[in-house]
Amino acid sequence: MIKVTDITKSYGNRENLFPILRGISLEIQDGSFTVILGASGSGKSTFLNVISGLEPPDSGRVLYDKTDITALSDKALTKFRKAAVGFIFQQYFLLPNMNVEKNVKMGADLAGNKDYKTVIQAVGLGEKLHKYPSELSGGEQQRVSIARALAKKPKVLFLDEPTGALDEQTGRQILDYIYRLQKQYGFTIVMVTHNENIAEMADTVIKMNSGKISEINTNETKKTAYEIGW
Amino acid sequence: MRLVGDDMVVGIKDASKLIGILIVVCCAVLVCTMFMNYQMDLAAVENEITSGQMRIFYEAQMSTATVVCAVSGGCLLLTSALMLLFYIRHYIDTHKKELGILKALGCSDLKISKSFLVFGSSVFFGAVLGFMGAFLLMPSFYQVQNADQLLPDISIQFHPALFVFLVLLPTAVFAALAVCFAWHKLKMPVIFLLKDATVYSVKKKKRKTAEKNDHSFLEELKTNTRRDKKILVFFILFASFCFSSMTQMSASMKDLGSLMIGALILLIGIVLACTTLFLAITTVIGGNKKNIAMMRVFGYSQKECCQALLYGYRPVSYIGFALGTVYQYVLLRVMVDLVFQDIGSIPVYKFDFPVMFFSLAAFTVTYELVMYFYSERIRKISVKEIMME
Repeated sequence: MIKVTDITKSYGNRENLFPILRGISLEIQDGSFTVILGASGSGKSTFLNVISGLEPPDSGRVLYDKTDITALSDKALTKFRKAAVGFIFQQYFLLPNMNVEKNVKMGADLAGNKDYKTVIQAVGLGEKLHKYPSELSGGEQQRVSIARALAKKPKVLFLDEPTGALDEQTGRQILDYIYRLQKQYGFTIVMVTHNENIAEMADTVIKMNSGKISEINTNETKKTAYEIGW
Repeated sequence: MRLVGDDMVVGIKDASKLIGILIVVCCAVLVCTMFMNYQMDLAAVENEITSGQMRIFYEAQMSTATVVCAVSGGCLLLTSALMLLFYIRHYIDTHKKELGILKALGCSDLKISKSFLVFGSSVFFGAVLGFMGAFLLMPSFYQVQNADQLLPDISIQFHPALFVFLVLLPTAVFAALAVCFAWHKLKMPVIFLLKDATVYSVKKKKRKTAEKNDHSFLEELKTNTRRDKKILVFFILFASFCFSSMTQMSASMKDLGSLMIGALILLIGIVLACTTLFLAITTVIGGNKKNIAMMRVFGYSQKECCQALLYGYRPVSYIGFALGTVYQYVLLRVMVDLVFQDIGSIPVYKFDFPVMFFSLAAFTVTYELVMYFYSERIRKISVKEIMME
């Protein structure tokens, strides 16, 4: 379980301090699918960065079971990320000079996963192992980044606007892959998006506004990627 | 880069990044100006040479000046030309989107390429500095040369032709080279530039190799980093070569030439080595910033990032050092055995092992310090910074 307690974060200097997160507390259950919704500037991406250990908060605690990641050194935090979390970003961030297989190996090697080709097959890129990112479509590149994140067998998968750069059809396809792979592997998903329709796929929906949580909802029935609106 | 109306300007700010070329050109012109000026002034007193011994010494001095200009000046100018081409390629690679917009708006390749003329400015400033530096050092240099009184006293003369050939001509040639190379590199479809697509050669042969090998990701990254930017391997080789040859040569020069020439060679060697090494490593880090950020996000340690990206160049640097050692020995051997063979006052030249070991120790410390400095920079690269770009 991820337990977040009274997280605050500001940017700028003493004279011009911009509070981004204003005391956020919540709990995320293991194996759940949580969507964080909010308009641009609401602080959702910063919140994702803080709870995933990419950025330290100004105050507050982020507990993964009993480990407080805000108290970890840079080295320990790197080890934590290596062992526990996976990331998928809107811009894919694939290594351009590496083919699909090698990009996925980037994640797989961290977990000593020799069976990484199964994940590549699972995202439907088995035939494109030796293609380079420049030879792939946007949707295919995002699927590579999904495979890369999953090949390291994360306990928690963080997604920052994973469909933001994709068209509707490809976006649905990507969400469907994520949805089905979560069922298969059982990892926790924390996804940031501004697309309210995606929230219908989640167990828990957290709405953020001006650096605070304005609403937390639980979905009784979840929809698939092909049932939601766009 | 600035976009002004439909006009693209590669600004002075961009050209200021060519400090490496400026330094190398400065060193090349300094050496060439000093020795060519000396050679011309020496030629002016040729008719005052009366004895056979004086004739032998005169010929030796003339040959020395020619060899130094051709070997040092020539090599340095060639290196600065390579650096210029590398900078332009790197500039185009990192500004593909902006250049694509200009082409999409209707700017011709030639029009865009013309703004690369400004890159010639770094050559001009470097050449002027080198030329002025040579004239500042010349009084001491001439004093040393006149001190043994083997030849008639030589006074410093200003030769305008040298200014034309060593300052104006290189500036014009390098500026033209910049425009032509940029024009050649820009000859690609607009969409290719706009998409900022880095197309990696996926030749069948290479692909077969990729299919066969089963290297780890870090091994693969190390190999790819070196393979994709072969020119950087050359620059690192060149940096260690300069350091090795020039530090060792400068020590020998106190016996074979003068303390001043030795100090000059040492200074040029260190400046060249450091400039080239910084250029190469900065480019490696800059070109892999996104990769490093992602590796750090995924949980690769700072040490693993450094091992994959920086430490792969270590063998290359030591090969460069070995080559530099051999080069300086062969060059001095040739000078002593062939050029100065008839001059009795030249001491016997032997390979100096203590100097070699001292130079190697100094090189190792410098190289490892540079690596440490850059490994700290790797540690500071954050994904947030990359996402904001």
